[in-house]
Amino acid sequence: MTPGLHHYLIVSALLFSLGLLGVVARRNLFVIFMGLELMLNAANLALVAFSRYHNNLNGQVMVFFIITVAAAEVAVGLALLVALYRKRQTAHVEDLTSLKL
Amino acid sequence: MPQFTDLLFYALAGLTLLFGFLTVLNPLSRSPVTSAMFLVLTIISMAGLFVLLHAFFLAAVQVLVYAGAVMVVFLFVIMLLDLKADERRHFNKIAVGVGGLSALAIAGTLVASIVKTVPVSQTAGRLAEGETKALGRLLFESHILPFEILSVLLLVAMVGAILITKKDLR
Repeated sequence: MTPGLHHYLIVSALLFSLGLLGVVARRNLFVIFMGLELMLNAANLALVAFSRYHNNLNGQVMVFFIITVAAAEVAVGLALLVALYRKRQTAHVEDLTSLKL
Repeated sequence: MPQFTDLLFYALAGLTLLFGFLTVLNPLSRSPVTSAMFLVLTIISMAGLFVLLHAFFLAAVQVLVYAGAVMVVFLFVIMLLDLKADERRHFNKIAVGVGGLSALAIAGTLVASIVKTVPVSQTAGRLAEGETKALGRLLFESHILPFEILSVLLLVAMVGAILITKKDLR
């Protein structure tokens, strides 16, 4: 069966839910961050598929911007993780409960 | 007789999902380094999907920026911090259960709505040759303002990252 738009969209939806699984199920801040990246990539795949099947390159421009913003986000996020690790010596969410009552 | 590109789609989609699963819940290893390596593989197989969608420039950017730059920064920080203590912890059973449930719920919702709404007989539009050229023209003519704002954003992110990681913040 020739893959159409819905095939790509289903792959994108499954990839998004895998990213969500990583964010909810894992307790390591780095793996949570990687789950976030996975969700961003799933959105990118959906946009590229729409752009191809609607014959409109604006979707690809959007993906280009998303990739750049994601790179900036990773830089700042990892800097925050490094600063946190300096203070608390952990990257595990169960050790970071000082806001809990 | 299925075409070669069709088989390629199924192979790349399967690999993307397999590597994505091994990124988030690898049964053999809880090390973040393993997760990062599988995330690199996920991104590279996704670049293959981009090639199948005729987004050649984005496939190259995906490999260069994501698999190259972003994941190198990830691995650099993970290895710099030396997270040995976390590897001995086991998966939190409740968290995995809740995560699986929420992932199943959102996957079911999305897939059901996609199957219901997208017409199955969608065929790819016939794009002109030289899509990268057209993309560059679009980027530098009608989207020039967001493009320039993006450069400022990257500068801000760079200064912010350096400031946040400084040892004594004043």
